[in-house]
Amino acid sequence: MVEENIRVVRCGGSELNFRRAVFSADSKYIFCVSGDFVKVYSTATEECVHILHGHRNLVTGIQLNPNNHLQLYSCSLDGTIKLWDYIDGILIKTFIVGCKLHSLFTVAQAEDSVFVTVNKEKPDIFQLVSVKLPKSSSQEVEAKELSIVLDYINQSPKCIAFGNEGVYVAAVRDFYLSVYFFKKKTTSRFTLSSSRNKKHAKNNFTCVACHPKEDCIASGHMDGKIRLWRNFYDEKKYTYTCLHWHHDMVMDLAFSVTGSSLLSGGRESVLVEWRDAMEKNKEFLPRLGATIEHISVSPAGDLFCTSHSDNKIMIIHRNLEASAVIQGLVKDRSIFTGLMIDPRTKALVLNGKPGHLQFYSLQSDKQLYNLDIMQQEYINDYGLIQIELTKAAFGCFGNWLATVEQRQEKETELELQMKLWMYSKKTQGFILNTKIHMPHEDCITALCFCNAEKSEQPTLVTASKDGYFKVWILTDDSDIYKKAVGWTCDFVGSYHKYQATNCCFSEDGSLLAVSFEEIVTIWDSETWELKCTFCQRAGKIRHLCFGRLTCSKYLLGATENGILSCWNLLSCALEWSAKLNVRVMEPDPNSENIAAISQSSVGSDLFVFKPSEPRPLYIQKGISREEVQWGVFVPRDVPESFTSAAYQWLNRSQFYFLTKSQSLLTFSTKSPEEKLTPTSKQLLAEESLPTTPFYFILGKHRQQQDEKLNETLENELVQLPLTENIPAISELLHTPAHVLPSAVFLCSMFVNSLLLSKETKSAEEMPKDVDMEEEKESENSDEENDFTGRIQDTNNTDLGEDVIHQLSKSEEKELRKFRKIDYSWIAAL
Amino acid sequence: MAGYKPVAIQTYPILGEKITQDTLYWNNYKTPVQIKEFGAVSKVDFSPQPPYNYAVTASSRIHIYGRYSQEPIKTFSRFKDTAYCATFRQDGRLLVAGSEDGGVQLFDISGRAPLRQFEGHTKAVHTVDFTADKYHVVSGADDYTVKLWDIPNSKEILTFKEHSDYVRCGCASKLNPDLFITGSYDHTVKMFDARTNESVLSVEHGQPVESVLLFPSGGLLVSAGGRYVKVWDMLKGGQLLVSLKNHHKTVTCLCLSSSGQRLLSGSLDRKVKVYSTASYKVVHSFDYAASILSLALAHEDETIVVGMTNGILSVKHRKSEAKKESLPRRRRPAYRTFIKGKNYMKQRDDILINRPTKKHLELYDRDLKHFRISKALDRVLEPTCAIKTPEITVSIIKELNRRGVLANALAGRDEKEISRVLNFLIRNLSQPRFAPVLINAAEIIIDIYLPVIGQSPVVDKKFLLLQGLVEKEIDYQRELLETLGMMDMLFATMRGKEGTSVLEHTSDGFPENKKIES
Repeated sequence: MVEENIRVVRCGGSELNFRRAVFSADSKYIFCVSGDFVKVYSTATEECVHILHGHRNLVTGIQLNPNNHLQLYSCSLDGTIKLWDYIDGILIKTFIVGCKLHSLFTVAQAEDSVFVTVNKEKPDIFQLVSVKLPKSSSQEVEAKELSIVLDYINQSPKCIAFGNEGVYVAAVRDFYLSVYFFKKKTTSRFTLSSSRNKKHAKNNFTCVACHPKEDCIASGHMDGKIRLWRNFYDEKKYTYTCLHWHHDMVMDLAFSVTGSSLLSGGRESVLVEWRDAMEKNKEFLPRLGATIEHISVSPAGDLFCTSHSDNKIMIIHRNLEASAVIQGLVKDRSIFTGLMIDPRTKALVLNGKPGHLQFYSLQSDKQLYNLDIMQQEYINDYGLIQIELTKAAFGCFGNWLATVEQRQEKETELELQMKLWMYSKKTQGFILNTKIHMPHEDCITALCFCNAEKSEQPTLVTASKDGYFKVWILTDDSDIYKKAVGWTCDFVGSYHKYQATNCCFSEDGSLLAVSFEEIVTIWDSETWELKCTFCQRAGKIRHLCFGRLTCSKYLLGATENGILSCWNLLSCALEWSAKLNVRVMEPDPNSENIAAISQSSVGSDLFVFKPSEPRPLYIQKGISREEVQWGVFVPRDVPESFTSAAYQWLNRSQFYFLTKSQSLLTFSTKSPEEKLTPTSKQLLAEESLPTTPFYFILGKHRQQQDEKLNETLENELVQLPLTENIPAISELLHTPAHVLPSAVFLCSMFVNSLLLSKETKSAEEMPKDVDMEEEKESENSDEENDFTGRIQDTNNTDLGEDVIHQLSKSEEKELRKFRKIDYSWIAAL
Repeated sequence: MAGYKPVAIQTYPILGEKITQDTLYWNNYKTPVQIKEFGAVSKVDFSPQPPYNYAVTASSRIHIYGRYSQEPIKTFSRFKDTAYCATFRQDGRLLVAGSEDGGVQLFDISGRAPLRQFEGHTKAVHTVDFTADKYHVVSGADDYTVKLWDIPNSKEILTFKEHSDYVRCGCASKLNPDLFITGSYDHTVKMFDARTNESVLSVEHGQPVESVLLFPSGGLLVSAGGRYVKVWDMLKGGQLLVSLKNHHKTVTCLCLSSSGQRLLSGSLDRKVKVYSTASYKVVHSFDYAASILSLALAHEDETIVVGMTNGILSVKHRKSEAKKESLPRRRRPAYRTFIKGKNYMKQRDDILINRPTKKHLELYDRDLKHFRISKALDRVLEPTCAIKTPEITVSIIKELNRRGVLANALAGRDEKEISRVLNFLIRNLSQPRFAPVLINAAEIIIDIYLPVIGQSPVVDKKFLLLQGLVEKEIDYQRELLETLGMMDMLFATMRGKEGTSVLEHTSDGFPENKKIES
C-alpha cells in the first residue's frame, strides 16, 4: 500500500431524508440526495444500485429531466447543476451557475430552463430564479442567464410548487402565499388575515403543493390544518377550504398523479390520504416509526414514498401498504449508548429508532436490523418525555447484551429498568432473558461485562449515582419444570457513599476498577475485596480503562479537569500524568494502543499512545471542529500493512468516532464511500426488462432451462464460465466423444491452450481442471478396454512433452481415422 | 412498520410459594372434612376396586367409609385390643388386620365375624398384607418374626426369624406372589422370597424403619425411618439411589400418587411432602394440625385421607372439574368451514401464503390504540380488574402518564367515577411497588378536583381517608428510617476501624422514603 496521508473521512451514514426522494418514470428506481452524492435505489429490492458522485458539496436538489426520462438533474451548494444518466451512473453534463443553489425544479413546458433557489444578499432571504441551460456539446457549460421569478421566499423546496402544467408557481412564507403566473407575469399575494389573532397564532405556512390538473393549491400549516385554495386568479374572490386532522405541524403535502387524492404527513408518523379533498374521506397508514419529513409520488402513480426523520425512506404502494424500507444510519436523536461493536456481526451498535438499538454494517453502509429494547408503543408528540435507552453493553463474545432504559420526569421520579438479552443461536437474534426493575436508586453511569476468556460465570457490573456499584451474575434458575438461567445481584459495593462514575474490568477479569468521583478503587473480582485506592484530587474521573496485553499492569484515568493519569498496578504508584482534556478514551482490542481525543477551543485532537511509553505514537490535530462524543476501535477483517511507525496503529483496527452533530468519521487514506461496491450492472440490465405477461410465460420457461442447464453442468463437473470463451475447449466439449482422439493425445494441447488463455486463472487451478477433463474424456470413451492403463498414461504425460510414442496401436488407428474426418478444430488451437 | 405494541404490564415476583403445575394440582382440593376417631389413626387403606371405600384403623376398631360419607358404612370391632394395619385385598372383597394380642384376622367385607384367624405370633402384629396371588397373607410382629399364611386352610407356611427387632412395616410385591418386604426397628429392610426360606436382600436404612413402599414396577423401594426417606434401586441389588431429609421429625408413612409420578410422605412434624419421582425434589407440601401417622390417596388422587395422632381423620376431596355451560352457546361456523381446503395438496408452482395470525388485544389495549384514554382508564378501574390485578391498572396509569394524557383521562369525572379512582388509590397507594406511579396520579387528582371539593360528601370522605393514609405512611417511613439509623450505628461500631462500608445485599432493602404533599 502506498503511504499516504491519513485524513479524516466521513463514512457512510449520510442523510437520506434531506430532500424529497424522486422516482424514475417507470417507478423502478428511486433517487435521493445523500451528502455529496445522489443515490439510486431499486424500489423492488431496496438495494443501492448506483452512487452518483461528482458534486463537491452538499447536493440540494434532484429532478428528472422532463424531456428525457432516463436523465436526472441535480444541483448542489457548489454552484453546479449536473445532468446524469442514472441507468449507467454516468455524468453527462455540468452546468456551472456560480452561486450556491438551494433547490431545483423542472417544468416540462420550460424546455431549456430549470428553476433554482439562490440567496443573494441577506442570509435568510431567497429567490426563485430560472436558469437557461445553454445547448452545447461540451462537458462543462457556463449557465449564467438567470431571471428572477419570485423574491423573498423560503429556503425549503417544500415551500415552492409548480402547478397545473407550469402555468403558475406558488410559494409560501410565514403568513402569506404568493402565486406567480407565467403568462401574465404577475404575482398575487394572499395573506391569512387572522394571523395576528391569538386563536390563529400558529397559522404559519409550512409547505405547499399544487394540483396537477386543476387550479388548486394545498398549503400545510403549523397548527396542523391543510388549506385548499381555489379561484386564486382573482385576488378578491379567492376561496379556501380547510382540512384538519393533524394535531401538529403538517410537514409535507403531495397530490397524487391524477390529483384525486392528497397525501399529508407530520410528526404523528401517520400518512393521511384525503380523497376528493373531502374531510370525511380519509385513509390512514399509521405507525410509520418517525416524523414524516417528505412525501413524493411516482410519475406512474403506483407508488408513494415518505422520508422520515430517522433517516429512512419508505416506499408505499398505492393502496397504502408499505412495500419497502430503505434505512440509513438513524441519526435524529442523541446517542447515549455510545458506539459499540457487536462481536458477532462486527456491526456498529448504537441508539437507533426510539427505544431501539440499531445494528449498522460499516462495510455495506446499511442498517442490518433494529433490536426493539423498549417494546412499547411509541407516541411521537412534542414535549413528551420519552423513555431513553441510556446504556448498553455486549458481554461474553456477543452472547449477552445488557441494556438500561430510563425516564426521568421530575428530579425525584426516576424509572429505571435494566434488561439482559441472550443471543439465541436458533433465532439468530437477542431474546430477553431478565428484566430488572429499578436496579439502582439513581441513574446508572456505567455498565461493563467481564470479558475475560477464562471466566466461568458471566458477570456484569453496574455503577450508579446512588453511590453503589452492583455485581450481577448469571445463576441457574431451573427447576424440575424447566431449565432457565437468570441474573441476580451478587455483591453491592460502595466507597464513602460517593457517586460511582465508571467501572472497568481488567483484561483477564481478575480486577475491577470503579471510580467514585475523584477516587479510583480496585477490587478483587474473586472475593470482592477492596484492594487499593488511587486518588489524584484532580477532578472527577471521566474515563477509566485498563491497559491491555503487555501493558496490562497500567490503569488509565482521565479527569474532568483535564488530567490524564496512568497508575502502575504493581507498585500502586502514579506512573505518569499529562495535561490533556480527554473527551474520548478508547482502548484498541487488538493491541496495547489507546486512543484519546482531547477537546480544546479550536477543535479536537487525536492522540494514540501506549501506556508504557511516555511519547504518543501518533498525533493528529484538528480532526474535527466540533466536540467528539464517542469513539470506537473496529477490528479490521483484513489487516492493512502500513509500514511507517506513525500509522501502524491502524493496521489491525480502524478508529471511528462520532461528533456532536452526529457525523460518523474515521481515519483512512481513501474515502470509504469509494470502497462501497455498488451492485453489478447486470442487475440493472436484467431489471430493465419490462414485465409483460409475455415475459411471465417466457421468463419462467427460460428460468427452467437455466436450471436444467445448471444441473447438467454440475453433473459434468465442468467449469464452463471460465473455459467457454476458449474456442479449443468449446470445440472439445461440443464434439461428440466417440469421434475425439484419446485424452492422452489431447492433453498437452489442452494444457497449452489453457496456459495461453487469460491470466484470470491461477496456475494451481489448471492441472486440476485438466485432470477433470481427462477423466471425463476417458469415461466417455469407455468402449475401449485398457481403461486403467490409460489413466496411468495420462498421469505420466501430464509432465511429458511428447505423447505420440506412448500410444497403443488401436489408439493410433483411431486417431488416424479421426484425423481423416476433421482437422478444423485443431487449427483453432 | 410494526403493528400496535400492547402495553407492557409490569410483572412483580409473586411472594411466597411459586406457582407451578404441582402446586395447582395439589391445591385443587376442597377444604378437608374432619372425622373424629376413637384413637390415633394408625392406618388408612383404600380399596383398589370401585366404589373405592377406605378402611381406617384406629384403636380397636376398623371403620369402612364410603367415598363421600362422613359416617362409617361398616365397622369391625371384634378386637380385644388395638387393631393394626387393616388392608384390602386386590379385589377389594377381603380385609386383613393384625392386632395387639398377636392375632391376624381376615374379614369378608360383607360379613361381620372374621373368616379366618391366624394364630402364631406371640406379640403385637403391626403389619399384614396380601401377596400378589391373593391366597396368602404376610404378617410381621413385635416378636421379630415374619410369617406367611395360607388363606384357604389358615395354616402358617413359613416363618422368617431374621430381624433382630420389632417388625413394624411391610408390603408385598404387586407382581411376584413370592416376594415381600419388611422393615424393622433393627434399621434394616429385608426382602423375602417364599421359595427360599430366607431373605434375598437386606438394606441398611440407618434408623428404625417406620414405613416401606415398593414401586408398582418393583424396581424401586422406598423406606422411611427417622427423618429420612430413602430410595433404593432393587435391580442394582439394593443400592441407595437417593436419601431425602425434608422432614424434621420421624417420617411415619409413605404413599405414591396414582400416576406414580409423585411420592408423598407424612411425618410427625405435621407435614405431608410431595416429591417428584424423577428428580426427588419436593414439589409441594401440606400442613396438618397434628402429627401424621397414616396417609392414603384414592384412585386418580380423588381423595387424600390423612390420619393423625389425635384421632382426627382428615379427608380432602378434589374439586370437581367445573364445566360451566356458559350461557347459550354462540352459533359457530360449521365443521365444513374449518376443513375447507385443508386437504388441498400444494402443487409445484403454488405459492403458499399463510393466513396472518390475528393478534388479540386486550380491551384496554384496543381503547389505547384508538386513543380513547378515558375509556381505557375506566375499563381498568372496573372492580374485577382493579381488585384482582391491580398491576394492570397501575401499568395503564403509567402508560397514560408516559403518553402525557393522564390528567385528561382523570379529568371530567362524576362523583361515582372519581370515588372509584380514589378507592383504588386508597387500596394501593401504600404499596411500595405501586407508590411512585400512584402518588403522581393522586397529585393530579388533587390538582384537578381541588376547586370542587366540598360539593360531594362521598368524595370528601374519600379524600380524608387518603390523607389519613398518607399521614400514616409518613409516620411509618419515619420509624423505618429511625430503625435504619440505629442499625447503621450498630454496623459502624462492629466494623470498627475499617474504612470502607461494604453493605451486603440485604434481603430487599427498605421501601424508599416517599414524600407526598396532599
